[in-house]
Amino acid sequence: MKRFTLACVFLLGVSILSAQDCDKTLTGQVIDFHDGVPLKGATITFNNKTIVTDSNGTYTINGLCAVSYAFTVSHVNCNAQVFTIDMSKVATKDFYLEHHLNELQEVKVAGKNRRETSSSQEQTINTDIIEKYSSASLGDALREIPGVSSLNTGTTIVKPIIQGLSGSRVLIMNNNVRMQDMEWGDEHAPNIDINTAGSVTVVKGASALQYGGDAIGGIIIMKPKRVPAKDTLFGKTIITGATNGRGGSISSEIVKGYENGWFLKAQGALKRFGDFEAPDYVLSNTGVFEKGASIAFGVNKFEYGFDAFYSFYDTEIGILASSHIGNVDDLIRSINSGQPDIIRDFTYDISNPRQEVTHHLGKVTYYKRFEELGKWTTQYDFQQNQRFEFDIRRTDELSRRPSIDLELTTHTLTSDFEFDAKPNYSLKGGILLRYQENVADIAETGVRRLIPDYDKYDIGAFLTGEFDINESLIMDAGIRYDFNRIDAKKFYQDSRWDERGYETDFSDIVIDREVRNSQLLANPVFDYHNISSTVGIQYSFKEDYQLRANYALAQRAPNPAELFSDGLHHSAARIELGDLRIDQETSHKLSVSLQKNNEKWGWEIAPYANFVNDYILLEPTGTNLTIRGAFPVWEYRQTDAQLLGVDAKMYVNWSKHWQTDHNFSLVKGKETDNDIPLINMPAPNFTNKITFTKKDWFNLQASLESQYTFRQNEFPPNIIVFSPDAQEDVELEINTPPDAYHLLNFDTDMEFELGQKTDLNVGLTINNILNTNYRNYLNRLRYFADELGRNFLLRISINY
Amino acid sequence: MNLRKFLAVFFLGALVLTSCSDDDDNPDPGTEEEVITTMTVTLTDGTDPVVLNFFDADGENGPIDPVPTVTGVFKANTTYEGTILLLNTTEDPTEIVNEEIEAEADEHQFFYLTEDLGITIAYDDMESDYVNSEGVAFTSENPVGIDFTLTTSNDTGNGQLRIVLRHELSKDAAGVSDGDITNAGGSPDIDWTFNISVE
Repeated sequence: MKRFTLACVFLLGVSILSAQDCDKTLTGQVIDFHDGVPLKGATITFNNKTIVTDSNGTYTINGLCAVSYAFTVSHVNCNAQVFTIDMSKVATKDFYLEHHLNELQEVKVAGKNRRETSSSQEQTINTDIIEKYSSASLGDALREIPGVSSLNTGTTIVKPIIQGLSGSRVLIMNNNVRMQDMEWGDEHAPNIDINTAGSVTVVKGASALQYGGDAIGGIIIMKPKRVPAKDTLFGKTIITGATNGRGGSISSEIVKGYENGWFLKAQGALKRFGDFEAPDYVLSNTGVFEKGASIAFGVNKFEYGFDAFYSFYDTEIGILASSHIGNVDDLIRSINSGQPDIIRDFTYDISNPRQEVTHHLGKVTYYKRFEELGKWTTQYDFQQNQRFEFDIRRTDELSRRPSIDLELTTHTLTSDFEFDAKPNYSLKGGILLRYQENVADIAETGVRRLIPDYDKYDIGAFLTGEFDINESLIMDAGIRYDFNRIDAKKFYQDSRWDERGYETDFSDIVIDREVRNSQLLANPVFDYHNISSTVGIQYSFKEDYQLRANYALAQRAPNPAELFSDGLHHSAARIELGDLRIDQETSHKLSVSLQKNNEKWGWEIAPYANFVNDYILLEPTGTNLTIRGAFPVWEYRQTDAQLLGVDAKMYVNWSKHWQTDHNFSLVKGKETDNDIPLINMPAPNFTNKITFTKKDWFNLQASLESQYTFRQNEFPPNIIVFSPDAQEDVELEINTPPDAYHLLNFDTDMEFELGQKTDLNVGLTINNILNTNYRNYLNRLRYFADELGRNFLLRISINY
Repeated sequence: MNLRKFLAVFFLGALVLTSCSDDDDNPDPGTEEEVITTMTVTLTDGTDPVVLNFFDADGENGPIDPVPTVTGVFKANTTYEGTILLLNTTEDPTEIVNEEIEAEADEHQFFYLTEDLGITIAYDDMESDYVNSEGVAFTSENPVGIDFTLTTSNDTGNGQLRIVLRHELSKDAAGVSDGDITNAGGSPDIDWTFNISVE
């Protein structure tokens, strides 16, 4: 092959030795095909001449004639490739090289990450930001990305929202495993320790089809750091202490790598906080105690490799004491009083209401590379999620028992093949098989099951491709099909069955009408066929501009909460009702982003439009009268919805030491038919940050950040309820958003070298410097208490 | 080849998995522990009883609205001996919820609240009247409110009587042992208001 190539080059070289003007210039870069990293020291050979790329991977060849040339491009660890270029037509050309071996090395290029898709809006946060949030949560860290906000329950339960959508519409991939941790509940945070991630990428939409087709909101992809294939032993420890909550976290990892590709990695983290504090009072019972550990080992070779990974996560979270309310009158009083009912002295103790969640995740991955064809990867993963929720119940004896006890077990097998041998296109196809079982233990709880026992089966298949149309235009496209079957066994109270009108539509699924206590047992078996697809382009022009445009179609089958929820959720003080008639939702999302990046400054503006047919929403509809008074009833409903928004960011490097960053995001969601705003849409927010850096002063970096969150002026109407206290109908301001607020945050860090391989990073963060009192529309406990007051965090990280 | 082998193993595995899962067994309907379907407050002056009854056929989870009924009318200037009974009739035999409240008498207290018609209420029991789950009598003497007295005044007409049960409250807080709920705190188990009249 090589000899043949050389012969060709020689012949071509000879053939162009004719008399004409040879003053053409060819410039460009040699780039790693797999991760887009420019390759320094790559050689370009033609006509016995050799050119070497500089540190930016760029090259310039002068004195070419206006004919075709064959260039042999090669680089250490790369297979040499031959490109034929007609110099009468082209003056610039980027060469992409196969650089497989590079994957085995730790690639550390600041700000450069391999993208998940070419054409959709996405952004990655790296180790520096992840370390800053070591004692916080994934949802907190992701808010650094414009367009990502969070739905909170108190301080420690943080669910990411991507461009207005959250919950089951946001997929979370943890080390290539799709998290199955009961993401259907608003107060169920992702069961993930952020310290396990090396990078986190957010794809704002359903375009990364290999991970799943139902990501109507988007996909969060957490990846561990790669272990280099060399004899090495290194580690890292991060210790954080915070004044608010009087606690902190410690996270430590150690990595051993061998020249032959074997590696071993172990990591552990511990987080402990007592009651957090608002500026004016203690937020009683808001402590958290989180434990996480993971271990991975495997072998990374060029031809094949495998890795095994296991992680354990356990968290105990207190729910604000004053949020446990008796009835709708208590809720009205809380909304009006502006201060929580229960303010106790600070404590580390976590009492009811509280959650206790354990998540086990194990996986085995195997891959094999086929010469000049591609890479085959197969993975099996296992997850078990055990959730307990403890409420304040009528007797001590009952309070010791959980009110919710759900165990969700998931087995998944995926297998895919990536055809990446061709320089100008790559294809990836794969399949997925999944089985999931949910068991609700009523013997333990003595409370009606909020979510029933069920079995779920998923089968999926996808094909995605990326095509380099020319050096500045890339197109990507994909299609995916998913089949979901849910097979549940659920007890309905006869009265609820009638009230929902199920007798007319679903009488055939009843398998036992004579269950004790006026109940019946139904066996709903529902099948869903989901098609998703995407197509988009990435166009680079004028040196530092990039334009991306993407269309994504996604379908999502309803989750168990949307179908089956049925009962009083004590800790939320509401009755939640699903509906068996709920069908899958379909999203058409168009997104465009235009960006310019250079050393001086850069910006990105990214508008999008998401049209969701049969959008599933949960909203307050009225009250249910009980012996404890009236409880708000929340029901699931479907409607056509549209979300229009824009995310924008800009940075300016004013000088060597001063940089400013500016982020803005806006989303407007409403029902298409009647213009009623959607519930829980993030308010517009505007963040400005000024950063000072000085390398000479131990890599000093200091920044002051201003966060302005507007008031959400678009919200669905409040509901009118009967107040037993007032003995009349009153407006329950359950949807009214709180006022706008402005926060100032400060962050600084320095780096000290302690030895040849050891460095120490010390950071200080002050959040809410002005100790501002504020409430957040996207906090479900906003009716009861203010958000956190000032917080000092000291962070020490040691790399060794 | 490898792929084919793998898939074969997987499908076999899936088959085993699904056939092992207890698809054919129906789940246990279980027992709901905290349901109160019936609350009956019986007041008597020795001759004519007044009965305040609350009935919620499907408990607090169910959609059926509770039905309150009041039989009898209070007489002016009369003292009534009252007692409250809580039941769960969805169980067979009917569960007497009073028992679990008596067993944790030191953690529970009923409040009978009214500002109408000069009606006054006094507790007529104390924790030491009850025994805990191990059969040992409480020694403390705070009121519980399962037994109480209600005294009407000269005033006649219509009024309201609110009945509240709280647990984990501050029984020692000011006024609580006299039936004032203001400082009681705790969590509510019952909060229901009856319409009454005095003739």
